[in-house]
Amino acid sequence: MTAMSTAKRHVISILMENESGALSRVAGLFSARGYNIESLTVAPTEDRSLSRLTLVTSGSDEIIEQIMKQLHKLIDVVKLMDLNEYAHIEREMMLVKVDTQKAGAHERVKHVSDIFRARIIDVGEKTYTVEATGSHDKLDAFLKVLGGELRIIEVVRSGSMGIARGSASLNL
Amino acid sequence: MELTGAEIFVECLKAEGVDTIFGYPGGAVLFIYDALYKAAEDINHILVRHEQGAVHAAEGYAKSTNRPGVVLVTSGPGATNAVTGIADAYMDSVPLVVFTGQVPRPLIGNDAFQEVDIVGISRPCVKHNFLVTDVRELATTIKKAFYIASTGRPGPVLVDIPKDITQMRCEFGYPDSIAIRSYNPTVKGNRRQIRRAIDLMLEAKQPMLYTGGGVILSGAAEALTSLTHRLGFPITNTLMGLGGYPATDPQFVGMLGMHGTFEANNAMHHSDLVIAIGARFDDRVTGNIEKFCPYAKVIHVDIDPASISKNVKVDVPIVGDVKGVLIDMLAELDERGVSPDPANTADWWQQINEWRKTDCLHYEQDDTSIRAQYVVEKLWEVTGGDAYVCSDVGQHQMWAAQFYRFDRPNRWINSGGLGTMGFGLPAAMGVQIAHPEDTVACITGDGSIQMCIQELGTCMQYQLPVKVISLNNGYLGMVRQWQEFFYQKRYAMSYMEALPDFVKLAEAYGHVGMRIEKPADVEGALREAMAMKNRLVFMDFITKREGNVYPMVPAGAGQNEMILV
Ligand SMILES: Cc1cc2nc3c(=O)[nH]c(=O)nc-3n(C[C@H](O)[C@H](O)[C@H](O)COP(=O)(O)OP(=O)(O)OC[C@H]3O[C@@H](n4cnc5c(N)ncnc54)[C@H](O)[C@@H]3O)c2cc1C
Ligand SMILES: Cc1ncc(C[n+]2csc(CCOP(=O)(O)OP(=O)(O)O)c2C)c(N)n1
Repeated sequence: MTAMSTAKRHVISILMENESGALSRVAGLFSARGYNIESLTVAPTEDRSLSRLTLVTSGSDEIIEQIMKQLHKLIDVVKLMDLNEYAHIEREMMLVKVDTQKAGAHERVKHVSDIFRARIIDVGEKTYTVEATGSHDKLDAFLKVLGGELRIIEVVRSGSMGIARGSASLNL
Repeated sequence: MELTGAEIFVECLKAEGVDTIFGYPGGAVLFIYDALYKAAEDINHILVRHEQGAVHAAEGYAKSTNRPGVVLVTSGPGATNAVTGIADAYMDSVPLVVFTGQVPRPLIGNDAFQEVDIVGISRPCVKHNFLVTDVRELATTIKKAFYIASTGRPGPVLVDIPKDITQMRCEFGYPDSIAIRSYNPTVKGNRRQIRRAIDLMLEAKQPMLYTGGGVILSGAAEALTSLTHRLGFPITNTLMGLGGYPATDPQFVGMLGMHGTFEANNAMHHSDLVIAIGARFDDRVTGNIEKFCPYAKVIHVDIDPASISKNVKVDVPIVGDVKGVLIDMLAELDERGVSPDPANTADWWQQINEWRKTDCLHYEQDDTSIRAQYVVEKLWEVTGGDAYVCSDVGQHQMWAAQFYRFDRPNRWINSGGLGTMGFGLPAAMGVQIAHPEDTVACITGDGSIQMCIQELGTCMQYQLPVKVISLNNGYLGMVRQWQEFFYQKRYAMSYMEALPDFVKLAEAYGHVGMRIEKPADVEGALREAMAMKNRLVFMDFITKREGNVYPMVPAGAGQNEMILV
């Protein structure tokens, strides 16, 4: 028996039937088998009969192999792809509400947002709301910088989406 | 032609060639029952006494015929009572289609009377399930259910049908075939991998064939026997694989695993090439996985890719249907015009024959008390080794597996993966219904039999002449054995204060009851019972109280670290 390899973060893309219950089969599989889900996003595709799901998980090579096989075994799953096996792009969207009552706060938010190519999408009496997109790590960094000086009131993150670069693709 | 949902249900079953269903009525399925009443000539409905019994009966039917078993139960408690059986079928890959009634669609989600979310409850223990939301989809859903249940790695599929749908009308047409874009099991083994496997077989010095339930499910017993003879290798079966290879054949070294033979487990441990065929490296087989087969390369044939490299790293994975793969392997040998050289394995066979001399299944039948092993051996003799043998769960199950030497597939019907006490009697009903002319025995224990004993009523109603072989040790024996070995004989709750008089109980149901207390009476009683072709005979064998199943691989130990007597 070979030793287990170390755990790595994986981004898995799944095309599945756009049917009620399909999502709970995926989620249930993870809880039943003790795999962890870091994030999960799902929406119908341009073909309304399909949903596309991006799931971020982590595990050793052996565990990821089992996860892929078990996902494939679900009758509602049409196709899937471990994006880690391809050059790929990962994006997540985040909305952040910051307290702007502190002196210099408005400038600070604008400055940091510029650097991270984020946009202010709502201006309130005491708050700004900023929209940022990027990789998981970039958004973490953005939050860290912004939260360094200002009070962050609320954060909403979409969870990661991913797509392979070049001609590799996940479709029917 | 316009039909109601209930009528469509019946027409679909007919179109699938279903002749028997097992079920229990209730409010949500009354339209269906009404339609079945009118179709009584085509479909034989067996009324069980508990929905768990219906599912086990359908499993017995399916395991003995390799055709899907069909169940119909009502919503709410009917559906939840079926869950144990469904989970059992899931673990043992038994093809079943289970229909549950559901409350009318407008009431779903309302905490309506007898409403449960059975699709949600059963999700982790079905191959797939459906809630029918439109009567126009009923027929295709049923077609899909049978297709999914019986292809690829078989398993239970549940179809939940709201009551209002059974009453609505629509045009009926049953699809001849069905394609599901997301479901295409791989059936044909990869040629290159098959060649690699053959290369390894031709070189192996200490090969072992380790075969399981997949051989039975695939109908591959004959192909397996041919290949094994051609290879000349020793072969062991899992509990679920018994009968997949003739147990009386000299190449057979017995079952492996926790209660497997000394020779099978040692041979696995020392093997240099393990050829796993339709077996899933269950923990009852491998023991401590860290110590499992340390010297072996592993070839694994399985239709479910998720079974491969799940517990044990595999060197040559072959995804496909066992039967086809074995036939392809034979063809590959033919094409090359070779077989393994018997000289390669001569030393190996000598070693195996040494291990065999341990005679690990040895027991002594003295004249004090009946040994369970002796009863099973006599049963084998009296039935010519040709009965369908169902079993419950416990020590008696292991003795049945060790001592009834199955030469044919689909004859050994037991609950392996879930280990469900209460499986035996209802499963035997299902087998008897599928094989009315054959001898069907149910080997059971005084604990297990009481978990579904109500089915004696069903056996009476349908005149099912099952032969119940109760190996009554007055203990929950398997639990007691663990307590003796690992809990310093603290027999916590493994003893029942009050056992019923099984003879009188059988008689109360209208059956024949017998109590056998002396070793000398065992054979005669068995012959007498078997001669009663048309009667259920409940034979209560009073056996040695504290007998143990040997050999035993204790939890956490390696396969070769067995407790012998
Ligand atoms: C009290 C008790 C004690 C037990 N002790 C033992 C013991 O000592 N030894 C033992 O072996 N078991 C024992 N078991 C049973 C054990 O728990 C497992 O159920 C059993 O080992 C599994 O058998 P299997 O590997 O043949 O797999 P099964 O559960 O029969 O699975 C079949 C495998 O074949 C595959 N398959 C199905 N159809 C096909 C096809 N057409 N083509 C290719 N592949 C296919 C499936 O994908 C699956 O991987 C015990 C159970 C109990 C309750
Ligand atoms: C439904 C269920 N509950 C509990 C168990 C745990 N269990 C396994 S074997 C066993 C004892 C079985 O006793 P009996 O049927 O008398 O058979 P014996 O072992 O004595 O042959 C128990 C309680 C089980 N397998 N199934």
